[in-house]
Amino acid sequence: MALKSVSSLRSTLVPRAVLAVTSAALLTATLATGCSSSSSSSNAISENLTGRGPITYVEGKDTTETGAVKQLIDRWNAAHPDEKVTFKEQSSDANQQLDDLKQHMQAKASDYDVVALDVPWTAQFAAKGWIQPLKDSFAIDTSTLLSPPVASATYNGTLYGAPRNTNGGLLFYRKDLAPEPPKTWAEMISMCPKAKEAGIGCYAGQLAPYEGLTVNTAEVINAFGGSFVGPDGKTPTVNTPQAKQGLQTLVDAYKNDDMPKEALSFKEPESQNAFTSGKLMFMRGWPSSFGDAGADASAVKDKFGVAPLPGKDGIGASTLGGYNAAISAFSKNKATALDFLRYLISEDAQHIVAQGGLPSVRASVYDDPALIAKMPYLPALKDSIASAVPRPVTPFYDAVSKAIQDNAFAALQGTKSVDDAIAGMQKGIETAGS
Amino acid sequence: MKSQAPQSNSPKRRGPVLGLTARAWLFVAPVLLALVVVVGYPVVRAVIMSFQKDAGIDKSTGMFVEGGSAGFGNYTHWLLQQCTNSLGETVSCPTGNGGSEFWAAVGVTFFFAVVTVSLEATIGLGMAMIMGKTFKGRALLRAAVLIPWAIPTAVTARLWEFMFQYDGVVNRVFGTHIVWTVEGWPARFAVIIADVWKTTPFMALLILAGLQVIPEDVYEAAKVDGASAWQRFWNITMPLLKPALLVAVLFRTMDALRLYDLPAIMTQDLGATRTISTLVVQQSRSGANSASALSIITFLLIFAVAFVLVKGLGANAVRTQEAQREAH
Repeated sequence: MALKSVSSLRSTLVPRAVLAVTSAALLTATLATGCSSSSSSSNAISENLTGRGPITYVEGKDTTETGAVKQLIDRWNAAHPDEKVTFKEQSSDANQQLDDLKQHMQAKASDYDVVALDVPWTAQFAAKGWIQPLKDSFAIDTSTLLSPPVASATYNGTLYGAPRNTNGGLLFYRKDLAPEPPKTWAEMISMCPKAKEAGIGCYAGQLAPYEGLTVNTAEVINAFGGSFVGPDGKTPTVNTPQAKQGLQTLVDAYKNDDMPKEALSFKEPESQNAFTSGKLMFMRGWPSSFGDAGADASAVKDKFGVAPLPGKDGIGASTLGGYNAAISAFSKNKATALDFLRYLISEDAQHIVAQGGLPSVRASVYDDPALIAKMPYLPALKDSIASAVPRPVTPFYDAVSKAIQDNAFAALQGTKSVDDAIAGMQKGIETAGS
Repeated sequence: MKSQAPQSNSPKRRGPVLGLTARAWLFVAPVLLALVVVVGYPVVRAVIMSFQKDAGIDKSTGMFVEGGSAGFGNYTHWLLQQCTNSLGETVSCPTGNGGSEFWAAVGVTFFFAVVTVSLEATIGLGMAMIMGKTFKGRALLRAAVLIPWAIPTAVTARLWEFMFQYDGVVNRVFGTHIVWTVEGWPARFAVIIADVWKTTPFMALLILAGLQVIPEDVYEAAKVDGASAWQRFWNITMPLLKPALLVAVLFRTMDALRLYDLPAIMTQDLGATRTISTLVVQQSRSGANSASALSIITFLLIFAVAFVLVKGLGANAVRTQEAQREAH
């Protein structure tokens, strides 16, 4: 009895190992073939320029309470019965949206006409030749739009997308502890003893090792006059005294306990949680945190205000979020698609966008009293976005973002000096894409 | 056993040998074809991709151009940590570039594998010994023990992430102020704890199966001969359990070397817990071809470990049985 089952164990040992190895091979192979690169498609860009007809608009799940995207499309469809727009709603996960878009573009599929691109994806899609440059006969008038969102849609001196909506960081502050919000980092840090008296943390953003850390690091480096890449999207420009000073400010704040120790594990939910439960005096957050901070369950319901982010000598530099709408190079009806882009940045459309809680790309929308009554953060957000800086515009965004994150995190943890971290970012950006 | 095979029972069954083989091949062919398509194609494609450069930017136009053949460039990128800077020179990869993280990731992966598998084998053995005893509520215990194994890994990771949060259970119970998920060693420790919690039941059940087949009379004979509990464990249980234990260890080692979800979910992109698999996934976002090379390297590494385990330990297990058979 014993022998029998033991020997059956033996005979299964080898096939099982083979099975395990095979499944290891499968796992690694599927990972590797998940996405492959394809050549640039310069021909497609010059084709179908005058095509008109129904088109498809592709964007991640519409999470606005007002159903803003549907409203936008309904309004367009009512006016253009022959050139109707169909909304192809993707998942709400940004990585899945990107994968879906990449796969369609690599296949040169014509079923996606206008695509919504998260700001940092735009340069990559442009450099791959997947989206239509908006120049010559395809030029759109961006003179009435806020300039930072336009910059985020510009690669190598050419506009590639219509800014659909934007987003900027805000400083949430405790009115009861700081009657006037700080305008500069130095001012904010000088208020920290008050937080200590109250037994709470002074400042926190999103410093866990993920995309949020890139955003927070970029903000402080930009605020002190630093930058990351040159206009060509490749040449690193981060190794400057300004950038060092910026990162040093952040690192000092952490070292001197002006940030709580656990801030290094904060992503959006954790930082928002800390602020709404009254454990923070200042928080860097997105406008979407406003609702929760003002909700009944919030410990700071009537005790908080919002201001633009602090900078070196005045208002800081927020990192831009938001989406750009671009025309697929493989679209058959590019003329219609172009009209649709122009419509998306129109006054009317931008009002619908703003009512959905998505920050508009038109300055005028921020001055609408009815909207301000509903969203009191709009004036602060307008200032924030006006001085905002897009994330490094580069086709190698993933690699650049990682170089920023890894080095900034090491500097915050104290395993690397600020000088080394900045030099590391410089080298990391230099070798991005290799 | 072998001599009982019913080959020569009746002459009717004896067909033309070649025809039989041909028919056998005919029946097996669809499966083989499916295997080639499903397993072969992706692997071959990954190998081909791994010898191509990732697309790069043409400076004059700012547009991506195909990288062309890379030779062993993608492999030296990982194995020798070589990167290309903007001037096209080969330099050693800086921090933040995947290339600089390969050996660290290999180290972390093997460290996790060795520590978790040893812990799991030891604790699993203990649990199996307890579960093997006869007592009231044994069935309930056996079922309850399986719960961690039944929970999906992603959920396990979330669960432990919450426990290891700064204001989470772990810090409160021990009165510590450790930011578990972002500090190097605490983060590694947290991942190990979660992995051990999740997979020890699996180990325990495999070992229990091995324990159950050891005949009770051997123990009784040993007892009569005056063997102590320790002697019985060391001289009877361990040798007879060895084959089952080795299978369990082999399984778990392979699994541990592919560890992805626990560190990815619990500790984000933290360098200190970056395994080879998390590095592959991260790289596949920025360059599919270099990620392919990394996958191939990973595959060869895991294959080598599996080979060593099967050849070395597996052969050992077989010899033990043969020795037993001779003894009988």
